[in-house]
Amino acid sequence: MLKNWKEFFIPILAIFLALILAGIFIILSGKNPLTAYKALYLGSFGNIYSLSETLLKTIPLILTGLSVAFAFRGGLFNIGGEGQFLIGGFTAGFVGFTFSLPSFIHIPLALLAGFLAASLYAALAGYLKARLGVHEVINTIMLNWIALYLVTYLVNNPFKDLSGMGSPLIKESALLPALIPQSRLHIGLLIVLILTFIVWYILKYTPWGYEVKALGFSPKAAEYGKINLVKNIVLILAFSGGLAGIAGSMEYLGVLGRIPSTLWFSGYGFDGIAVALVGKNNPAGVVLSSLLFGALRTGGNIMQRDAQISKDIVGIIQALVIILVVAPEIIRTILPFLKRKSENICLINNP
Amino acid sequence: MNLSEIFNFSLIYSALRLSIPLILASLGGIFSELSGVVNIALEGIMLLGAFFGMLGSYYFNPLAGIILAVIIGSLTALMHALLSIKYRTDQIVSGIAINIFAVGLTNFLLFLLFKQSGHSPEVKGFSWIIYAVLAFILVILGHFILFYTPLGLRIRAVGEHPRACDTLGINIYKIRYLCVIISGILAAFSGAYLSLGHLSSFTREMSAGRGFIAIAAMIFGKWKPIGALYASLFFGFADALQLRLMGKGMIPPEFLNSLPYIFTMIVLAGVIGKAHPPASIGIPYNPEEGE
Repeated sequence: MLKNWKEFFIPILAIFLALILAGIFIILSGKNPLTAYKALYLGSFGNIYSLSETLLKTIPLILTGLSVAFAFRGGLFNIGGEGQFLIGGFTAGFVGFTFSLPSFIHIPLALLAGFLAASLYAALAGYLKARLGVHEVINTIMLNWIALYLVTYLVNNPFKDLSGMGSPLIKESALLPALIPQSRLHIGLLIVLILTFIVWYILKYTPWGYEVKALGFSPKAAEYGKINLVKNIVLILAFSGGLAGIAGSMEYLGVLGRIPSTLWFSGYGFDGIAVALVGKNNPAGVVLSSLLFGALRTGGNIMQRDAQISKDIVGIIQALVIILVVAPEIIRTILPFLKRKSENICLINNP
Repeated sequence: MNLSEIFNFSLIYSALRLSIPLILASLGGIFSELSGVVNIALEGIMLLGAFFGMLGSYYFNPLAGIILAVIIGSLTALMHALLSIKYRTDQIVSGIAINIFAVGLTNFLLFLLFKQSGHSPEVKGFSWIIYAVLAFILVILGHFILFYTPLGLRIRAVGEHPRACDTLGINIYKIRYLCVIISGILAAFSGAYLSLGHLSSFTREMSAGRGFIAIAAMIFGKWKPIGALYASLFFGFADALQLRLMGKGMIPPEFLNSLPYIFTMIVLAGVIGKAHPPASIGIPYNPEEGE
């Protein structure tokens, strides 16, 4: 899956540089960056429990990362991961708390429902782009907020639980079983790895994957090559949105057990963009970068507790990694001995 | 229920107060986008403006707060401009990175300086009426600059057809840098209003999506200052009404909250008069590239 290791040279360098730059912030706050990063490392990989927590956060990140990466490969920018996460999560939760079924039907049904609902939601932006030429970035941003308010309304009104904590509890039969006993890590991890393989296979070996990539290279050339643009734009965004929807589904079926009444964006959708960029839109790269971002999320909390450094330094690290990955010239400005041809990415294709 | 309990003068005040940040930030968005640079970093710059405005007022006085906010806002916008104009990175990605950075930095500093993760101490600010008057003046000024001066014509031309402008000897880069920095100043000023006018302290992630509503107002106003002003007033009114109706069970507040976004999608789809973004939006200019 990782044919060209050189491709990951820039992301790895970017991560190191971001840690060094963020270290300056830590020094300025009168703390030792090495102590901080040691706490960060121990908090994310130090023992079985912290490792399981890191992997738990990796699950939704892989899905939203794949979601963004798949759309990028098709030349589309899906920044609606947050909204698709909520729509998919709510739908899966609805199936989870409404029906009573045996687990081996209930879980797949709930996940499928989450996938389909989020697919349809994202396909709306695809349709508006394909038919009316409205840029998907603006519409997916708008759909994020609409989803937030819609789901907030649903769990506080028609689907309000008597406890007042949100939706009713998801039935036992729909909850994702634990992968490691005594931890919160659930079998979603295995499902996600299978899904990663499927996405990789689609892109690499199927005719549809070929069309997606052709569209990503050049929509005009793809159209000359008799590739149906309208159908593909809708399908790419639908599939991409569905993946983010599964992320939300697993969060509610595997971690929270209900949809809480006070909702805000989970951040997984936006982090998915960073994950895809750092993973170079390659499914295996997405898994590795999800592990990094999952570790930052988990370790950040421990670092705040043990080294008294705000866990929000993690946000600073993340932003720096993104900037350095998309503008590798900056790395070359800082480290002038690196000479390589520039390969900036411009993801927005001309209409 | 008595309708006059809801529709009265204090609702109009509240609507005005809530539209001020939208008016300022959407005007900033217009400058940046008309020159051809997408700026979804408005949200993050607004948050930085709110934090540094509070900081300046805490250590010195409210005016210093506003100046500090504007300086930080223009530096952040300069970063966005460098990334999108010089390094030709994807402008959406750069905007997202700045938004993430702003959340991280403000929360980090809040914890570092005040040992708080929720909100800052109370600080002195200015009355909201001052901001309201300034916002209206700036909109009229923006309208005048964009549509009645040679500079405005250049800005719009650069956004529509950079190559033609290049042939005419217009410095595209200079215009774009200028416009992105103007957008940063306005977004930061609108952020300073949040912590030094609307409220008198900084709270965690207090921009709360207003940067994105400002983008919606910009689109709804069809990239025109006066249009965006009306859109901002309308969205501010929806927000005020939402606060008023909360818990009264008439119209779900969530529905009113989502109106700006729904309207934006409808307008972009061309159902009520099609909105056209500037032609070169989001595309970095590369003189060596043919068309």
